[in-house]
Amino acid sequence: MSQATGNLSPLIGHYVSREPFDPYEIEALTPEQERYYMASQWTLMWFKLKRHRIAVISGAVLAALYFSILISEFLAPYDLHTRNTGFIYAPPQGIHLFHEGRFVGPFVYGYNYRLNMENLRREYTPNPAKVEPIRFLCRGDSYEYAGLFESDLHFICPAEGGTLFLLGTDRLGRDMLSRIIYGTRISLTVGLFGITISFFLGIVLGGLSGYYGGWVDTIIQRLIEVIRSFPELPLWMALSAALPVTWNPILIYFGITVILGLIDWTGLARAVRSKLLALREEDFATAAVLMGASPRRVIGRHLLPSFMSHLIASATLSIPSMILGETALSFLGLGLRPPLTSWGVLLNEAQNINVVALYPWLMLPVAPVIIIVLAFNFFGDGLRDAADPYH
Amino acid sequence: MLGYTIHRILIMIPTLLAISLITFVIIQLPPGDYLTTYVAELQSQGETVNLAKINFLREQYGFDKPLHEQYLLWLFGMLEGNFGYSFEYDLPVTEVVGDRLLLSFIVSFTTILFTWMMSFPIGIYSATHQYSWADHGLTFVGFLGLATPNFLLALVLLYFANVTFGTSIGGLMDPQYLEEPWSWGKTVSVLEHLWIPVVVIGTSGTAGMIRRLRANLLDELQKQYVITGRAKGLHPFKLLLKYPLRMALNPFIADIGNLLPQVISGAAIVSVVLSLPTTGPMLLHALQSQDMYLAGSFLLFLAVLTVIGVFVSDLLLAVLDPRIRLHGGMTR
Repeated sequence: MSQATGNLSPLIGHYVSREPFDPYEIEALTPEQERYYMASQWTLMWFKLKRHRIAVISGAVLAALYFSILISEFLAPYDLHTRNTGFIYAPPQGIHLFHEGRFVGPFVYGYNYRLNMENLRREYTPNPAKVEPIRFLCRGDSYEYAGLFESDLHFICPAEGGTLFLLGTDRLGRDMLSRIIYGTRISLTVGLFGITISFFLGIVLGGLSGYYGGWVDTIIQRLIEVIRSFPELPLWMALSAALPVTWNPILIYFGITVILGLIDWTGLARAVRSKLLALREEDFATAAVLMGASPRRVIGRHLLPSFMSHLIASATLSIPSMILGETALSFLGLGLRPPLTSWGVLLNEAQNINVVALYPWLMLPVAPVIIIVLAFNFFGDGLRDAADPYH
Repeated sequence: MLGYTIHRILIMIPTLLAISLITFVIIQLPPGDYLTTYVAELQSQGETVNLAKINFLREQYGFDKPLHEQYLLWLFGMLEGNFGYSFEYDLPVTEVVGDRLLLSFIVSFTTILFTWMMSFPIGIYSATHQYSWADHGLTFVGFLGLATPNFLLALVLLYFANVTFGTSIGGLMDPQYLEEPWSWGKTVSVLEHLWIPVVVIGTSGTAGMIRRLRANLLDELQKQYVITGRAKGLHPFKLLLKYPLRMALNPFIADIGNLLPQVISGAAIVSVVLSLPTTGPMLLHALQSQDMYLAGSFLLFLAVLTVIGVFVSDLLLAVLDPRIRLHGGMTR
């Protein structure tokens, strides 16, 4: 054969142009067209995500909230633990702009305090004589930022000698707004660490199960089935009750995230498995195997990237259940404990019906919970739609 | 069908064994056992501890045996209907659990019925009126239900039920019926109280169900047989009910497997808030006081309830859908 071609080649003249080959010579693309036609998959996803307006807004809300945990100390008007013993269970102060028809800028009315001797209730009413303008970028409670430097700069503070309890105070006279802002830090990171653990477990176990099949698959699938047949919350309750009481709060925090992640991976593992089962029969996977790639390389380099976007979308959708889980556990007193402050820990104070009747503002930490869960759901939905840009 | 049922039952056996093993591991996780906690508590109160009695108890409950023997004792005990002993209540577990399991079952079952009743019409409406204002509104309300922690919803509803209807706070019946045998009045009283937990627990499940039914129905509505039916002049309502809806119904049955753990989870925390005489509050208390056999039995009951629920849903699916019956149920 090679003999034949060797003989033929000089006979048939074969012209090869030395010029570099340009496939778009005939149909030249303008830069805009090129940007669109030659876009990578991630760029296409971004194009599609941008069109989903609610998802973009939710993404922005999430980004803002996650950014806020970097500067909680600056945003909160008070320190996490500042007790204002004169203002216990004070109701929220409303922000006003006009005082007696005159513009004064944002200000709050100070409190009139009276102890009702009949039912021993603390009664606060706004005092129209006390106009307390809110200060911005001002000096307040001092804090140590990330162990780096000390500062007392806050975004907003009360007037000199005045109060600023925009969301009221709790049973120790601590400002709810500040506590909610600090609580964001814990509540949001619990979900993030938890999902990292569950993502890792899901990919590894789902990958093994889908790629190898056979008895590995059977065992992992049975394990998933068993874990899924436990109702989530009672199982979380049992596991977090098993965390030793002697642990310090930071260890408890990591314990809780591990527990949340350990139970949650089953859904992701199933998604990985079903995708792998379909993809491992594709030609490119066979080609990689024939070229001698190890299973780790085939899964990690060739198979995973083709459905990574799907995985990220479904992971985004399962973060809210972790945040809700932490909130529920802390609410029951099985999760995080003070001095760690998460939204669930704050809600722990709103455990009985008296709160609803007398101090409804103690239930306010539920508002950020709802917002963040909604935002994650909408954003995840948008991501999931965008994950399939050719659809 | 019989072959499928037997196959399904045989699969359940190793699952149940694994569940019992995991439960046992979990209740063994906390360091020490109930007796050490008990002794420590007595000592901290300055009371003398009768070591001979403690040792007797330890031997009695088999705490001195190695773990695997304890597990086997527990497992075989359960097969004989002996679920162990609750230290906290000084009673066999079966007697402590008693009514609570039944009430848990009633609450869960009613919640699932409620979920179906709510999500069925709403899902159909959302799918047939896609992208209308009502669709967006209902979807948003559904999302809101998904996002609100149900324990807080429970508190607020409880408050309003008390203020507007005068329903007594907490519990599943009026106080005078607590120790009474079942009667008409008691049943009515239970029904009066039942709606709050059912609505609260049902909200999140309903939201998910509406979304799935809507998505499934939308898929079906685009298929050609629907167009054919419409072209032949079939009444739209009849067309909807007769073909696409039947296809979209599968998730209602198939989802019992997902819905049931969710409902039981929800019920656990909601009943703590509402202090319902169901398994939730007692499980919490047993976990806190390391009353291990009681906690373990609850966890086991809840898991077994789920397994049985999934089993029933699989059987129903097989009845509905011949594809599953013939392929041994491996479609999920």
